[in-house]
Amino acid sequence: MVPETAGMTRLHLAIFAVLLAFLIILPFFVYPVFAMKVMCFALFAAAFNLLLGFGGLLSFGHAAYFGGASYVAAHAAKVWGLTPELAVLCGTAAAAFLGLVIGSLAIRRQGIYFAMVTLAFAQMVYFLALQLPFTGGEDGLQSVPRGDLFGVFSLQDSIPLYFFVLTITFSGILFLYRIVHSPFGQVLKAIRENEPRAISLGYDVNRYKLMVFVLSATFAGLAGAVKSQVFQLASLTDVHWAMSGEVVLMTLLGGMGTIFGPLAGAAIVVTMQNYLATFGAWVTVIQGVIFVLGVLLFRKGLIGVLAQWLKRPL
Amino acid sequence: MIRTLAVATTLGALTATTALAQGIDVKLGVLNDRSGVYADLSGEGSVVAARMAVEDFDAAAKGLNVTIISADHQNKPDIGSNIARQWYDADGVNAILDVPTSSVALAVADITAEKNGVLINSGAGSTALTREQCKPTTIHWTYDTAALANGTGASMTNAGGKKWFFLTADYAFGHSLEENTAAVVKASGGEVVGTVNVPFPAQDFSSFLLQAQGSGADVIGLANAGGDTVNAIKQASEFGITQAGQKLAALLFFVTDVHALGAQTAQGLSLTEAFYWDQNDQTRAWSERFMAIHGKQPTMVQAGVYSGTMAYLAAVQAVGSAKDGAAVAAKMKEADIEDPLFGTVKVRGDGRATHNMYLFQVKSPDKSTGEWDLYEQIATISGEDAFLPMLPECDFTKK
Amino acid sequence: MFELLGIPPQVLLGQLLLGLINGSFYAVLSLGLAVIFGLLNIINFAHGALYMMGAFVAWMLLNYFGIGYWWALILAPVIVGGFGIVLERTILSRLYKLDHLYGLLLTFGLALIIQGLFRNYYGISGLPYQIPAELAGGYNLGFMYLPNYRAWVVIASAAVCFGAWFLIEKTRLGAYLRAATENPTLVGAFGINVPLMVMLTYGAGVALAGFAGVLAAPIYSVNPNMGADLIIVVFAVVVIGGMGSILGAILTGYVLGLVEGLARVFFPEGSAVVIFVIMAIVLLVKPEGLFGRAN
Repeated sequence: MVPETAGMTRLHLAIFAVLLAFLIILPFFVYPVFAMKVMCFALFAAAFNLLLGFGGLLSFGHAAYFGGASYVAAHAAKVWGLTPELAVLCGTAAAAFLGLVIGSLAIRRQGIYFAMVTLAFAQMVYFLALQLPFTGGEDGLQSVPRGDLFGVFSLQDSIPLYFFVLTITFSGILFLYRIVHSPFGQVLKAIRENEPRAISLGYDVNRYKLMVFVLSATFAGLAGAVKSQVFQLASLTDVHWAMSGEVVLMTLLGGMGTIFGPLAGAAIVVTMQNYLATFGAWVTVIQGVIFVLGVLLFRKGLIGVLAQWLKRPL
Repeated sequence: MIRTLAVATTLGALTATTALAQGIDVKLGVLNDRSGVYADLSGEGSVVAARMAVEDFDAAAKGLNVTIISADHQNKPDIGSNIARQWYDADGVNAILDVPTSSVALAVADITAEKNGVLINSGAGSTALTREQCKPTTIHWTYDTAALANGTGASMTNAGGKKWFFLTADYAFGHSLEENTAAVVKASGGEVVGTVNVPFPAQDFSSFLLQAQGSGADVIGLANAGGDTVNAIKQASEFGITQAGQKLAALLFFVTDVHALGAQTAQGLSLTEAFYWDQNDQTRAWSERFMAIHGKQPTMVQAGVYSGTMAYLAAVQAVGSAKDGAAVAAKMKEADIEDPLFGTVKVRGDGRATHNMYLFQVKSPDKSTGEWDLYEQIATISGEDAFLPMLPECDFTKK
Repeated sequence: MFELLGIPPQVLLGQLLLGLINGSFYAVLSLGLAVIFGLLNIINFAHGALYMMGAFVAWMLLNYFGIGYWWALILAPVIVGGFGIVLERTILSRLYKLDHLYGLLLTFGLALIIQGLFRNYYGISGLPYQIPAELAGGYNLGFMYLPNYRAWVVIASAAVCFGAWFLIEKTRLGAYLRAATENPTLVGAFGINVPLMVMLTYGAGVALAGFAGVLAAPIYSVNPNMGADLIIVVFAVVVIGGMGSILGAILTGYVLGLVEGLARVFFPEGSAVVIFVIMAIVLLVKPEGLFGRAN
């Protein structure tokens, strides 16, 4: 592995800057709602990647935080009449709390058992989303108002909303990047590589695992909360186990453990769903083929392969 | 007075000619389930029906340039609303057709109102489309849960099925179907002896059916849909429940489902639909053409897409443009529509299209002359009786 | 007669019997999954799709070749198993050295492809398949009416499960198999063709799914989605029983069928989630599963 240097950080920051510039002009060329969807999922995948790629923990239940937050944020905006930023905050806080509860139980297990515990809890969250009176069953929470940012700026139009979403998701992704490259991130990598050694060095491994779990859940929740404001609805799709599978797909396709992989993976999967929709029944077949080819040929993910080729971590 | 009228007519004629010269562009989007549980009853067949409508309307000769696009909403409201938005914002779609699955339909109805398009819903059953969440741009064409409840609930109770037990799919749609039917049953002098909420989707209904059997009910109401209903009916026959005299009432069931079940298992089942291919010469002629293209008989949802599209195109022609969705929807509500498949259709102020509904019974195999010869018509329910009365706040013709 | 929480004992007995019948499907499916996991270390997400294929093959045999239920019961698992062997040889065998995660993702993709293809050709409404004439009708047991076919399901599944258990735990072939699970290199050194054994094991595990599919065809709707939701439940069964434990998978299958049956009486809304609650508790208290060996 190439050691991290100041040069690498400069390269990453340069890519982030280019990405930001690209995203600023994007809504004038691409349909903004679609672009917002991509950004929400990019943040979701980045948050998931923090746990899987850097923490080495495969969660099979991340839909619980993504969808749970989306319900809470939608409810806050619709029923409590909160402004968008407060609604998003409520959703995120709910996801953080959920992450704390589930995480503190799940991190006691490892590998496939960890994945199964998270799946079990996610199924329970799904059950709650279906049964609780405030969630609207399978209709979900519909017609969530877009509201005024800070009670002042209207987000009714797509363009202001786009920049609201861009600010949140981009800051979120930068923050996740920062975490990975902080001393905390270094310890995480040490735990992932060799857990007994990290313990012998005196690190409280479980505390680190719990922290990364909660962080990942929180940012997954942030993504879900923002999504509910964009689409003006929260639905069972977001808490279903297929969503947990989808985020694994995004991360894997882009390249787990890379900085930009999850973003690329999310962009590809969302674009695919969007443009393949006209292929009707073939959508699932095409998705399946991509899954199979991805596992057989691009296990490092697209960005992972690219990084290997460029001999630089991306 | 006469002069103004003459001027108006000339003006009208002028706009009509210019429109004719340039052609009115109309873009229709068929948004439905093409891979999930509702793919057979809507899906590609609805696109076929929409194309047939454009052909039969003779759109090109009337100066309408109609294009049809379609997409799969996968029964997910976020995907459906994303497509709907994109269609209106970027692709210039004027009207969205079909949209089964209530959650998606409600989301699309919102967006349609916001973007001033028209939603002609055929596939979804939620009464909220023309009640709690009514919009001036929503037309709900084919059926809703209340109409099904009125059809099946009232006629079976009147025929002596006084005690009902419900197997309810445990989600909002199932509950609303159950509530609507229970209300009708009680109003007709029946009683509800029990209800069990079944997780959705389910494969095995035996234990729920056993509970229904133990309740001593005359009628077991199946407040679920698609594969769940198919499984429940199959297993009811297996456990000898129907043979023992309890009747099954499928509250949402389509001809494709009956076909899947086979007349052997489904015989005697009562259900309500708005359309059946073998009703009269017109429905038979149309269905024959549909069958030639699609390979299956049309469901009421697909027939509804056809009729809704015809009515929509007529309104667009009368308005002279498809741009203003609210104006086109208002035009559709102006006069009764004579439809080849649904008979006389009245689109009310709230967007609810009312027409006759029919109670059918599935034929026994020895009476059935072919694979698709499945129904016997038992009763006709008039539009006023079948659908819920209009809420005054939803009457958009008064605003 | 005494009543338990307001439920008469006859009803309870009936529900338990029905639970046992459902448990029969869980047992056969989770057995296949456990066998595959034990030897290949692959979590076969395509299991539900292959179960569906079993039912469809039975339908095709009847409708295209006029071959009835009893022959289908033998032929369909063989055909599905053969298909599984082709998958194993061409695709899965490339993954054995890798993390479990990849096997899971790959088979997930395969499941999507198989289900999608069947949906395109046969639609979604499902296809009718009648109960064989020999097993039509049923007995009135006093507390409930038991269709003959359901009784047959319990017997057939118990026989198959016992056969598989006996083969694996009590025969020489099974001993090789278990040894290969522990240390494939060493078993290979003894002159046993391990890749062949792996291939046949996957084929057998998949054939079990196909067998369950044929059993299910006459009572459940034969449709492309019939296995899609089942797979998650069967997973949970395998995890609760202890990954890779044959006996655990079988017994847990039956027991969870019973538990689910009870839940359907006392808390019907929650009957679908009960299994996951149990899974979470088991994993937190006894992570190796009820019958698994601790590492």
